Amino acid sequence: MSSRQPFPFSAIVGQDEMKQAMILTAIDPTIGGVLVFGDRGTGKSTAVRALSGLLPQITAVAGCPVNAETREACPEWATITDENLIEKPTPVVDLPLGVTEDRVVGALDIERALSHGEKAFEPGLLARANRGYLYIDEVNLLEDHVVDLLLDVAQSGENVVEREGLSIRHPARFVLVGSGNPEEGELRPQLLDRFGLSVEVASPRDVETRIEVIRRRDAYETDHARFMDAWAEADAILRDQIVAARSALKTRETPDATLRACAELCIALGSDGLRGELTLLRAARALAAFEGFETVEIQHVKAVAPSALRHRLRRDPLDEAGTGARVGRVVAEVLG
Amino acid sequence: MSGPLQRARLALRLLAVDPSGLGGAHLRARTGPVRAALEADINALPGPIRRIHPAITDEQLFGGVDLSATLAEGRTVRTAGLLETPCTLVLPMAERCRSDLAARLGAALDRQSHCVIALDEGVEPEEGLPPALADRLAFSVDLEDLSLRDIGPADPPPTGARRTDAVHVPTGAISDLALLAESLGVESPRALLLALRAARAHAALEDRAELEAADLTVAAALVLAPRATRLPQMEDDTPEAEEEPPPPPPPEEPENAEQPDAPAQEQEQDMMIPQDLLLEAAAAVLPADLLARLAVGSSGMVRAGGSGAGQQRKGNRRGRPMPARQGRLDGTNRLDLIGTLRAAAPWQPLRRTHAKTAQSLHVRASDFRIKRYKEMSDRLLIFVVDASGSAAMTRLAEAKGAVELLLGEAYARRDHVALVAFRGEGADVLLPPTRSLVQTKRRLAALPGGGGTPLAAGMQAALEVGLGARSKGMTPTVALLTDGRANIALDGQADRQAAGADATRMARLLRGNNMPGLVIDMSPRPQRPLRALAEVLDAPYIPLPRADSKRLSTAVSAALDA
Repeated sequence: MSSRQPFPFSAIVGQDEMKQAMILTAIDPTIGGVLVFGDRGTGKSTAVRALSGLLPQITAVAGCPVNAETREACPEWATITDENLIEKPTPVVDLPLGVTEDRVVGALDIERALSHGEKAFEPGLLARANRGYLYIDEVNLLEDHVVDLLLDVAQSGENVVEREGLSIRHPARFVLVGSGNPEEGELRPQLLDRFGLSVEVASPRDVETRIEVIRRRDAYETDHARFMDAWAEADAILRDQIVAARSALKTRETPDATLRACAELCIALGSDGLRGELTLLRAARALAAFEGFETVEIQHVKAVAPSALRHRLRRDPLDEAGTGARVGRVVAEVLG
Repeated sequence: MSGPLQRARLALRLLAVDPSGLGGAHLRARTGPVRAALEADINALPGPIRRIHPAITDEQLFGGVDLSATLAEGRTVRTAGLLETPCTLVLPMAERCRSDLAARLGAALDRQSHCVIALDEGVEPEEGLPPALADRLAFSVDLEDLSLRDIGPADPPPTGARRTDAVHVPTGAISDLALLAESLGVESPRALLLALRAARAHAALEDRAELEAADLTVAAALVLAPRATRLPQMEDDTPEAEEEPPPPPPPEEPENAEQPDAPAQEQEQDMMIPQDLLLEAAAAVLPADLLARLAVGSSGMVRAGGSGAGQQRKGNRRGRPMPARQGRLDGTNRLDLIGTLRAAAPWQPLRRTHAKTAQSLHVRASDFRIKRYKEMSDRLLIFVVDASGSAAMTRLAEAKGAVELLLGEAYARRDHVALVAFRGEGADVLLPPTRSLVQTKRRLAALPGGGGTPLAAGMQAALEVGLGARSKGMTPTVALLTDGRANIALDGQADRQAAGADATRMARLLRGNNMPGLVIDMSPRPQRPLRALAEVLDAPYIPLPRADSKRLSTAVSAALDA
C-alpha cells in the first residue's frame, strides 16, 4: 500500500492558510520554513506529503547524494556511480524524532572506515533534502541541539561538516516544514523567529466540512485510481500556476507604498529585527506573482501578514489568545 | 459487545480484517488472566507478529549495519529492521513508551504498513500511551477491573473474507458518524476516518456488501466512544443535566448487540439511522469517570503530561563529555573513534598473523568505545497553592500572578512545572508536570477559591507528584504558597489540632524523601506555625505580607538559585 501516490494537494478540504503558506514557499524558497501548529489529525502531514506530488519534477544527476542539477555541481567528495540526468519528484524528506546528529548532517562512514580503512563521508538527511523539503513532525519535541543545527543550515543553505577528521561542505537548500501540537511543549522564541511563515490549524468545526474530509479520504483509499484521476487536473493547474509564478517572481515591482506598509506594520507590532519585514515582503511578492499581479499591492501584504508575523511578536510567553488575532487587529489599524 | 473483553475481542477480529487501515488497538490491562486470554487472541491474528519493547533501538526498527558481522566477514552485513516488512507489532508496557518511539511508530502507521497493539499496563490515570500514538490506533479498550469470571470462551474465528473496499458505503453513513462525533466532542478528523474504516471492516467481517446500521453502531462504540471529550446530550436530558454528576452508564444489557439490528431493518432504504440510537451505543461504553477525567482536562485518550515533558534523558548525546566506555553500537549512541582505535592498537600485530583477510586495520566489536555525556536532569517546580477561603481571593490572585511569572522564567530555563491546589476537603493535582504554558495558564485561570485549608493534603499530593517525577529523572522542588491556617486534617475532618499535626507529619515525610522546598507565607501577618513548618521542611521561609506577584517571583527565584 505504501506504493500509493500521496493524497492530492488540491483535494485537501479547507486549511487555506496552511495551503497558502506551502504554495508561497514553493514559489519562493527564500521565504524560509513553515511552522504548522495545531490539533492532531488535521492534515498537517498529509499536506506536506502531498507537496511531492504537486510540485514540478526536478532534473538531477541520478547518482548524486545531494540531487545536484549538473555533473559539475556534484560535490567533489561524492563518488558518482550514475552520471545520467534524470527527472525526479521534488524530495520531501522526513526527519524522525530522536534522530542523531550523525544522521542529520552526515558523518564518517564508519562501515567503510573500519572494513576498508578509507575515510569517506556518509551523507545525511540534509543532503537528501537538498532542493526540496525537510519535514519534521512534532518539531517541538525534537532535541534542541538538532533543531539549532537544522535552522542554521536552512538559513545558510550549506551544510558544513567538520568532525572526525572530515572537512566537508555541500549545498543544503531546502524548505523546513515543522509541525507540532502546542499542548505538548513550545518552541523557543529564537527558533520560532527562524521559520519564515507560521500557521495555526484547527480541526474543522462544522459537520459539513468534516463529512467532506472523510468522504474524500475514503474515496482516496477505496477507489484510488479514479480519485487520483479526478484530482489530477486541479493539481496540474496549481502546478502550472506555481511554475508561472516562479518565473514571474523576479519581475514583480514593489511600490514604495507597499514597502512602507510592511515597515509600519512591523513597527506597530514591535517585532524584533528586520527578518519580519523581509519575510513579509517576500511572501507578499510570491502571492502577487501567484495571483498574476504586476505589482505587489497592500492587499497581498494584508493577506500574508498573519502567517509572516504571528510568531515574531515579542510576547508574553503566557499570552494564550492566539497572536494571530493580535496581528489581525494591528493590520486593520495600520493598513485600514 | 456487552463487556469490555467482548469489545476488545471484537476489535481484534476487526483488526484481522484490515490491520494496516485501522492502525491497531490500545488495550489497557495489567498482567493477569484477562490479558492472557487476550494475548491468545492477539497471537491468532493473521500475518507475522513481532513483539517490541519501549526501549527498542532504531537499529532494530529501521535496520542497520551489523558491525560485528561486517568485521568478521570483511563485507557489509545488514540487519533488517522491523519497520521494513509489514507486520503486527505488539508493544507491552506501552505506558513506558517514549514520545520519540511513539512518533516513529506513528510515522510507520501513517504509511499504512503496520498494525500496533499497545498493551498499556498503566496504574495511575496519567500513565498511558503517548497521545501521538493513541490517536492513530482505531480502538481503545479499558480492561481494568475484570475478573476471571468475565472471561468467556473465545469467539469462533471470522468467516467473512470480503475485501473492505468492496463494501459499499451509502450516503448518510458518513454524516451519521460525523454528527455523532460532533455530539461526543471528538474533534480529530482522523478518529472519524478510523470509525468509517472500522464500520467497513465490520461489514466485511459479516460478509455484507453494504454498510448497515449494526456496522455503524460497532464503530461508534469501539472507535468514537473512547475518544469522547464530553457527554452527549440525550434528547430526554433536562437542561440542567450539565450541572449534575454524570448519569451512570446504562446497566449491562445482554441484548445490546441485537438491539440496534431491529430498527435497522425497518430503515433499510434510508441509511440515516436515528442519532440517538448511535448515541446510545456509544454512551453504553463511555468511561464511567469521563466527567471526572474531563475536570482534570484529559479524557481517556489524551492523557496529560505526555511527551516532551519529563522524559528521561539519554546520557549519550549531549551534556558534558565523560570518559568513553566499552559498548555496543545500537544506533542511538556514538562511537568514540579515537578511543576505539586506541583500544584496537595493541592487538594489531597479533590479529594480523591470525587474520584471514588482508586488511590494514583489524578492529573487533569488543574494541568499540562509546561516547558518554553527563547531563543535568530537568528541574520540576511543584507549586502547592492554598486556594482556601482564608487565603482570600485577593491573595490567591497574587499567587496566580506569581506562578505565572515564575512560569515565564521556567520557560526560559526549560524547567517543568506542576500545579497542586488545596481547598475544601482535599487537594487536586491541577496540572501534572508539563512544560506547556498554554495548559498551565488555562488551569490556573480556572482555579477557584474558598473552603477550608487542608494543608497536609496539599503537601501529600505534592509529594506524590514529586516522587513520580523523580522516577522519570527530574529533580523536583516544592514551592508551598499558603497562609498556614491548616484546619482540615488528612481524613477530611475539620479539626485544627489534627490538621496541624498532619501538616507537620507530611513536612517530615517530604524532608525524609529529600525533596527540597520553600515556604511562602501569604498571610497579612507572618505566621509562627508556618515558620515552624518551614523548619521541619528544612526549607527557606519567605514571609510576604505585602507581596505583589512580581516581588513574590523575585523572592522565589532568589531562594531557588541560592
